[in-house]
Amino acid sequence: MTSTLEILNQPQSPRMVVNIGPQHPATHGTFRIECVLEGERIVESRTEIGYLHRCFEKMSETHDYWGVIPYTDRLNYCSSMINGVGYCLTVEKLLGCTIPPRAQAIRVILSELSRIMDHLVCIGTNLVDLGAITNFWYAFRPREVIYDLLEACCGSRLTVSYVRIGGLQDDLPPGWVERCRKVIRKDVARALLDLEKLNTRNPIFKLRGQGVGVMARERAIAWGWTGPCARASGVDYDVRRDHPYHGYEQYEWQIPVEHGGDVFARYLVRMEEMRQSVRIIEQALDQLPDGPVIVDDRRIALPPKQEVYTNIEALMAHFKLIMHGILPPPGEVYGLVEGGNGELGFYIVSDGTRKPYRVKVRPPCFAVFQAFDEMLRGMLLADVVATLGSLNIIAGELDR
Amino acid sequence: MSDSEVKSGLEAAGEADEAAALPEPVTARLLKAELGTAVIGTSMAFGDLAIQIRREALVSAARQCRDHPELQYDYLMDVGAVDHLGRTPRFEMVYNLYSLRFRHRVRLHVQIPEEDPTVDSLIDLWSAADWFEREAWDLMGIRFRGHPRLVRILTHAEFVGHALRKDYHPAERHRLSRTYDLFTEDQAGAPPDGASSG
Repeated sequence: MTSTLEILNQPQSPRMVVNIGPQHPATHGTFRIECVLEGERIVESRTEIGYLHRCFEKMSETHDYWGVIPYTDRLNYCSSMINGVGYCLTVEKLLGCTIPPRAQAIRVILSELSRIMDHLVCIGTNLVDLGAITNFWYAFRPREVIYDLLEACCGSRLTVSYVRIGGLQDDLPPGWVERCRKVIRKDVARALLDLEKLNTRNPIFKLRGQGVGVMARERAIAWGWTGPCARASGVDYDVRRDHPYHGYEQYEWQIPVEHGGDVFARYLVRMEEMRQSVRIIEQALDQLPDGPVIVDDRRIALPPKQEVYTNIEALMAHFKLIMHGILPPPGEVYGLVEGGNGELGFYIVSDGTRKPYRVKVRPPCFAVFQAFDEMLRGMLLADVVATLGSLNIIAGELDR
Repeated sequence: MSDSEVKSGLEAAGEADEAAALPEPVTARLLKAELGTAVIGTSMAFGDLAIQIRREALVSAARQCRDHPELQYDYLMDVGAVDHLGRTPRFEMVYNLYSLRFRHRVRLHVQIPEEDPTVDSLIDLWSAADWFEREAWDLMGIRFRGHPRLVRILTHAEFVGHALRKDYHPAERHRLSRTYDLFTEDQAGAPPDGASSG
């Protein structure tokens, strides 16, 4: 590092240092990049994260297994539902419980809706940063309608806390399935068509996106990239297909893989993934099974409220579960889902008590963003923002 | 609720027994053959394969995992540190590997004593180790020999202690007084005795 410093300290140095962030409109989150420039090219850069560190892992150790669920919403807040699914799925793996088919299907539907929102945010903001402001409204309108769907399920829009260990907090409200169909057929389909028409053959976007922020397949694997960014670099890996959970194997869909590894390829992958998510949702809605949405196990799930009021057994079970909490067997387990940005893993160590002994999150953004300094080397300063936007770094998940 | 009650009702315990009866996974077999006594033990609980490795043999075990044609663990998915306060050795490093080709995964566990919380860095094998190891240093105080820039990552330069250790109280606070330059003041958060010397 001294070499850089020595050069910088010379008064006639052609180099200058530009600091981006932590409060910069194009970072869409709080992180800081310090770039050493020679002309408009970046010679070297350093990235600093941690501005949004809220001690998720430490807090998890001080809460009951349930108490962690609201915190998971604040990891990747653009697709908060998926985080809750990932966490609860891991605890369920530890407990050895299989959740009812209806709960599985609802989790899949809401996860895919969340994925669509996540990708819409990424594409919308990425294009705004490139000067294509119109896209912002086309991308964000269906997001609002999807938030309405989530709100109808659980009362909140952004931080849903809808998932419970063993199932879901509540069943879907009446008429929700029809409403959801309408949203994906009308609002989402329309937005995807509009975005496609605006961008996919847009020469300006192609000029700004093709060959910019390129990540080779081998380097992507070495850096631990997963998700849409890795698939844009030719890595054919998707947790939903390769390690299916909640019945993903029963739906028909495809995984888009591009080989450009640049900003434009990431856009193409995300667009196609949204179409595939729509396919999954359509099938899941058609096949939505009836039945309960949470397991009928009094050591994991609370009894129905009506029973608690009228039945002494249920009242005791309720009291016992609240007082003692969920008690998984001691052991260690790693559970994973396909988050908006790739493999979202939870490594949970249980010592048999009511609180997790250790929760370690494997945030997909963290692995993606650590390659950023390598990507920036030799890049034009103007392309930094384009590259950053295409990676969809969510600070909540990055810093936890 | 008694212990036996928990076990009888939970299928996971049964699943673990079942897995133990299955033939030994290829990763465990090959690592034992290649490394001999450096493999302390293997376990298959909840469907996850975990292998205990001696601390000195971590890099060679990881290299075997990555390069052996029958294993090909090309991904270092996750690196985690666990503090087992009150137990000897106190710390444990957990490496989560994944193979794109065979779609299998393994967890390598390394025990780390409190007196000498160091372990070799895996950064030469996987670039992904960079930030994950910095995080383990920052939050758990594990030092990685051979890491080129082992500085704090999630907490700031004036932070004292390691927040995820069990004896670190969750309510403790440390203030950051000013902005640090990332190039000129980089060593601010580095370990005092230079962990990157190895």
